[in-house]
Amino acid sequence: MSKVKSIEDLMKIKEKALKELQLRDTGKRGKITVAMGTCGIAAGAKETLKAVVEALAENNINDIAVVQSGCMGLCEVEPTIEVRLEGQEPVVYGHVTPENAKRIVKLHILGNQIVSDLLVRKGEM
Amino acid sequence: MKPILVLVSVDSNSVLLGAKQFVNYLREALEKYNLKDSVDVLETGSMGVYTQGVVMAVFPDDVYYSVRSVADVEKIVSEHLLKGRPVLSLEIPRERLKLVVEKEKVTEEVRIVLRNIGVIDPRSIDQYIARDGYFALHKALFEMKPEQVIETIKESGLRGRGGAGFPTGLKWQFTAKAQADQKYVVCNADEGEPGTFKDRLIMEGDPHSVIEAMIICGYAVGATKGYIYIRGEYYGSVENIQKAIKDAYDYGFLGENILGSGFSFDLTVRLGAGAYVCGEETALLESIEGKSGRPRLKPPYPPTNGLFGKPTVINNVETFANVPQIILNGANWFKQFGTQGSPGTKVFSLVGNVVRRGIVEVPMGVTVRELIYKFGGGLVGGKQLYMVQTGGTAGTFIGVDKLDVPLHYESFRDHGVSIGSGVILAMDEDVCPVDVALNTMEFFEHESCGKCTPCREGTRLAVEILRRMSRGQGKREDLDTLRQIAITTQEASLCGLGQSINVPLLSILDNFREEFLAHIGATACPRGVCRFEKPVTKVKTRV
Ligand SMILES: Cc1cc2nc3c(=O)[nH]c(=O)nc-3n(C[C@H](O)[C@H](O)[C@H](O)COP(=O)(O)O)c2cc1C
Ligand code: SF4
Ligand code: FES
Repeated sequence: MSKVKSIEDLMKIKEKALKELQLRDTGKRGKITVAMGTCGIAAGAKETLKAVVEALAENNINDIAVVQSGCMGLCEVEPTIEVRLEGQEPVVYGHVTPENAKRIVKLHILGNQIVSDLLVRKGEM
Repeated sequence: MKPILVLVSVDSNSVLLGAKQFVNYLREALEKYNLKDSVDVLETGSMGVYTQGVVMAVFPDDVYYSVRSVADVEKIVSEHLLKGRPVLSLEIPRERLKLVVEKEKVTEEVRIVLRNIGVIDPRSIDQYIARDGYFALHKALFEMKPEQVIETIKESGLRGRGGAGFPTGLKWQFTAKAQADQKYVVCNADEGEPGTFKDRLIMEGDPHSVIEAMIICGYAVGATKGYIYIRGEYYGSVENIQKAIKDAYDYGFLGENILGSGFSFDLTVRLGAGAYVCGEETALLESIEGKSGRPRLKPPYPPTNGLFGKPTVINNVETFANVPQIILNGANWFKQFGTQGSPGTKVFSLVGNVVRRGIVEVPMGVTVRELIYKFGGGLVGGKQLYMVQTGGTAGTFIGVDKLDVPLHYESFRDHGVSIGSGVILAMDEDVCPVDVALNTMEFFEHESCGKCTPCREGTRLAVEILRRMSRGQGKREDLDTLRQIAITTQEASLCGLGQSINVPLLSILDNFREEFLAHIGATACPRGVCRFEKPVTKVKTRV
């Protein structure tokens, strides 16, 4: 990393990273965010992350980015993931065990259908 | 005070309808008509649910207007304020008005300190920058003098989120004014409060917000070195903070000559070892100095005599996390949230028997009822709520009669309900106040560092009495003795630990007095929780 020397440098980093965050011009159709806070990990978020990655690979899906974040504060329903598809409201799922992660990939990512029994929240925060 | 007051509602809904523009225009118009000295303009939160326009109220005339354009503002100024003729066409009719003002307030989540949590990858400094990260630092360094930074924080009304609610700007000012060759900024990330994990959430999920704030603070007060004191068990926080510090150095936000401004600041992490008292600011400073974590005698206070005897600002993680947003958006923006005396939001940890345990950030002034039922989803198994402890272990125990008290830094003084570090512990009908009081005092007995007698002995005595009571051997005088212990310990202890045990103890004794009395001379715990030793008759039914 080179040093930031001016507000212009800062703006450049911002614009580039914003694209990634909002999936603009990245060729991706959506992203799955796995909450990896302490309680997420304690509840098995690492296995969830692994299952998400595997399920995407098994189904030959490569236009969905998988990213990690801090926890969303929904400790009671950890592990949690957020599914964000282009042009749609983000959806947060709870109790995402590896099996549930696979279901979400099948139903939501492939079938464009919300997995209602795992739904925690829909819409922007 | 000026003779006329105009209140403009600038809640999120009104902002969409143009409230900000209208306020700006209003100020200009007052200038134009030379009314500046006779009219005060105040931006407030929501004045009720009203979707037809922005609500603007003129006092003392008590006229409410619905404003939809700057032309409406112009009319109100030129007709009503200048000539004293209310603009009937814009008035909200009285029958509608009732609805407007009496409509029950609904608290919604507002994310200031948690704005990035779960949104960005905390290990990516670029993503933090994408969400305006380090723009506040740039603004402070290049567009503001240190005094202006302090003025802004003071003006915002930000108060310490670590529990005591001390005005942050004032604290910074004390340190700024102190003369010394070296000053420090310390972040209290010890989070020893049972049930709280908001600071961990912030450090794990948005570590740069704390780092950016500390650099800004250093610039404001003239400090060049900072420490983040993190509880040792917080592995995830330590890891993310350390990675963030490294990235901030690489980008030149830390170190020599930050962004070419000439200001330099270094930041390091120190690990705590999990003693509750180490969260007390002077004990924490001792611990950073490499001594054992025992509190110091105060005064002198840290802002003038802190780390290594030098002027030191010490703030909680959540307090710091507010700072970049205040610098970026201004004090007035911050003041639109929360209450007048306690602006902004608070991160609450909902624990105990609630359905959705977890973290929620809402404006100050939220009620306990809203926290438990709206955000916490009510009680597990549909049980009855019996008792709530607000504010953490050193906070107040309240019954269901106090659920509608708005929580802010005056709610303890005004209503006996403390906000503390924001823990809301909900307890259902299966608990017994005597047992709860015993548990609480055992905690304090265990965590008392033993440096001073009132706290060491007071907590021990309280535990002894409560233990006896919970075995069915309580006496009537015990209640008075417990009160006395609470008061003496509070008055005579050295540090905040001993000085605050009166809060939980007195509140539980007062609010649940009947239950305590019912334990005395009874044959079994009236709530079926405590195990009485004698007599052996088993009573299973609950009263
Ligand atoms: C026994 C005791 C424990 C404390 N523990 C913490 C803690 O874990 N975290 C914290 O931020 N403040 C804690 N405090 C409060 C600090 O002493 C201090 O008031 C706070 O760090 C000031 O920061 P603020 O003004 O930003 O709240 C504790 C105080 C006492 C008396
Ligand atoms: S009040 Fe308690 S914790 Fe504080 S110094 Fe005295 S003994 Fe230690
Ligand atoms: S701390 Fe991670 S969701 Fe609660």
